[in-house]
Amino acid sequence: MTSTAPPTPATLPLGDDALILSHRLGEWAGHAPVLEEEVALANIALDLLGQARALYTGLADVLGSEDEIAFLREERAFRNCQLVEQPNGDFAHTIVRQLFFSTYQQPLYARLSPVLPLAAKAVRETAYHRDHAEQWTLRLGDGTEESHGRTQRAVDTLWRYTGELFQPIEGLEVDWQELAEEWSAGVRDVFDRAGLTVPEGPREGAWSAGAGRQGLHTEPFGRLLAEMQHLHRSHPGATW
Amino acid sequence: MTPVTSPPHGHAAAAGANGAPGADGLDPEAVSAFQAAFDTAVAADERIEPRDWMPDAYRSTLVRQIAQHAHSEIIGMQPEANWIARAPSLRRKAILMAKVQDEAGHGLYLYGAAETLGTSREELLDKLHAGRQKYSSIFNYPTLTWADVGAIGWLVDGAAITNQVPLCRCSYGPYARAMVRICKEESFHQRQGYELLLALTRGTEAQRAMAQDAVDRWWWPSLMMFGPPDDESAHSAQSMAWKIKRHSNDELRQRFVDICVPQAEALGLTLPDPDLRWNEERGHWDFGAIDWREFREVLKGNGPCNEQRLEQRRRAHENGAWVREAAAAHAAKQSARASQDGASRTARSEP
Repeated sequence: MTSTAPPTPATLPLGDDALILSHRLGEWAGHAPVLEEEVALANIALDLLGQARALYTGLADVLGSEDEIAFLREERAFRNCQLVEQPNGDFAHTIVRQLFFSTYQQPLYARLSPVLPLAAKAVRETAYHRDHAEQWTLRLGDGTEESHGRTQRAVDTLWRYTGELFQPIEGLEVDWQELAEEWSAGVRDVFDRAGLTVPEGPREGAWSAGAGRQGLHTEPFGRLLAEMQHLHRSHPGATW
Repeated sequence: MTPVTSPPHGHAAAAGANGAPGADGLDPEAVSAFQAAFDTAVAADERIEPRDWMPDAYRSTLVRQIAQHAHSEIIGMQPEANWIARAPSLRRKAILMAKVQDEAGHGLYLYGAAETLGTSREELLDKLHAGRQKYSSIFNYPTLTWADVGAIGWLVDGAAITNQVPLCRCSYGPYARAMVRICKEESFHQRQGYELLLALTRGTEAQRAMAQDAVDRWWWPSLMMFGPPDDESAHSAQSMAWKIKRHSNDELRQRFVDICVPQAEALGLTLPDPDLRWNEERGHWDFGAIDWREFREVLKGNGPCNEQRLEQRRRAHENGAWVREAAAAHAAKQSARASQDGASRTARSEP
C-alpha cells in the first residue's frame, strides 16, 4: 500500500473473506463425498456469497458495484485473510478450514451485527456453519485411524493461518483479544471431544500475521482470482 | 390410498395351503387376486404405494427409470458446476450454485423414491459407477462457454420439464410426489436459462454470438432427450399401460418444439434446422430429421464426455470412501458408548 491509497473500508475484509471462502466451497460441487454434503457445502457457499454481496453493496459509494469490487480488483487489493484462500485439499482439510473460520466469523458477526449492513440472518447462518464444521470434526477426529490422521494433518497445516484472524481490522470496534480467547476455547473444546491435538507451531502465515488483511496473499490466491475474474474481464463493460 | 394393500412381508399369510408357492412365496391364486387388484387400481388412476403388492416387472421398470433419473441429476451437476468458478457476475454465480445444489437435492429425493422399492442408494451408485445403469446422454456434451449454462437451462431443463410434468401423475406414489417438487424447481431453472440467454442476446456482439453458438450445439441433443422414435422405443408400450409413462416420445418431442420456436424468436436466436416450418394442417411445427446415429453413438459411450463424466463421479465416490467410513465408525462408537453408559447407569442403580 502506498501512502496515497484511500483507507480500506472496515467491512471490505469481511466481504472478501465471505466471497473467497464461498468460491472455494463452490469448487466442491460435483466432488463431495456424499450427496448430503453436496447440498450442505453449497448451502454454506451460498450463505457466504449472500453475505459478501450485502457487504459489498454497502460499499458501493466508495468502491463501485458489487461486480466491480469482486471482478476488477487486483490480487493485492483483496483484504481477505489467508486462511480462506487456502486450497480445498481433502474433505478433512476443508472441514478444518471451516471450523477455524466459522468459530471466528460467528462471534465476530454476533458482536458486529448492530453496525454491519447484514441481515440478522447472517449471524444465524454462521451458527449453522459452525455446527456443521464441529459435527464433522468430531466424526472425522473420532472415526477411523485414517480420518483422524487426515484431520490432524489438516489442523497442523492450517494452524499457521489462524493468528491473522485476530489482527485488529481498523474501523471495527471489537475486543480482538477477547475474540481470540473465545476462539481458542471453542476450538480446544472441539479438539478435546474429537481427540485432536492443538499444534505447537507458529500461528503466522506466509508473511506475518495480518498479511492478508494488508493485501499480501499466498500463491494459490492469484490462480483463484485468475479463474474467477477471467470471463468478466474478457468482456469489459458487458452486462450479464 | 389404494385397494391393493398387503404388508411388505405378508407373503406367508397370503400363501395358501393349496398349491406350491410361486417365486415370491405366493400361491398362484393369491398372485392373480393381487394382480387383479393392482390392475384395477392402475386403471382407476389410483396410486400404487410402497407397501402395496406390485408385479415384479413393474417394480424393476420403476427402479430402472428412477435410478436413471437420479443418476442424471447427479451427473448433470458436472457440466454446470464447470462454470461456477467463472460465473461473470455475483448474481449469476449465486443462481448457478443454487441450481447445481437443487440437482443434488433432486438426486436425494429420487434415490429416496428408489429406496421405497427396496433398492438402496449405495447399490444404485455402484451400478452407475460400473457402467451398468445409464444417465441421460445429454450430459455427455461439454459446456464450452458461459452461454452453454443458459442453453442447458432453456433447452435441456425445458425438455426435462416436458418429459417430467406428466410423471407427476405417474401411478407410483413416491415417484409422482418427488416429481411434483422437482418440476417446480426445474421450471425455475428453465426460466433462469432463458433469462441468461436474453441478457446475452441483448448484450454485445460477442455475447450474442456466444448465445447463438451454444443454441446451435444444444438444440439437436435436446430433441434426442425424448428418446428414440415411438416405433423403436423398447420400453414405451408397457410403461404406458402401467401409467408410469403418459405420452409417447414423439408426442412430447413435438410439444417441446412447439414451445421452443416462439421462444427462440423472442430471444432473437435461430434454431439450427432449415426444415423448421409451421404446418397449418397439423397445427404444429414440422422439423428436420434427427441424426439417430449420433444418439446411438453417445448412448454407447462414444460421446464427447462419457468417460470424463463417469470418471469424475467414480473419483468423487472413491475419494469420499474414507469420509463415509469415518462417519459410520463414529456413529457406531457413539452408540456403543451410549449403551455402555446406559449399562453402567443400570448397574449403579441396582441395589
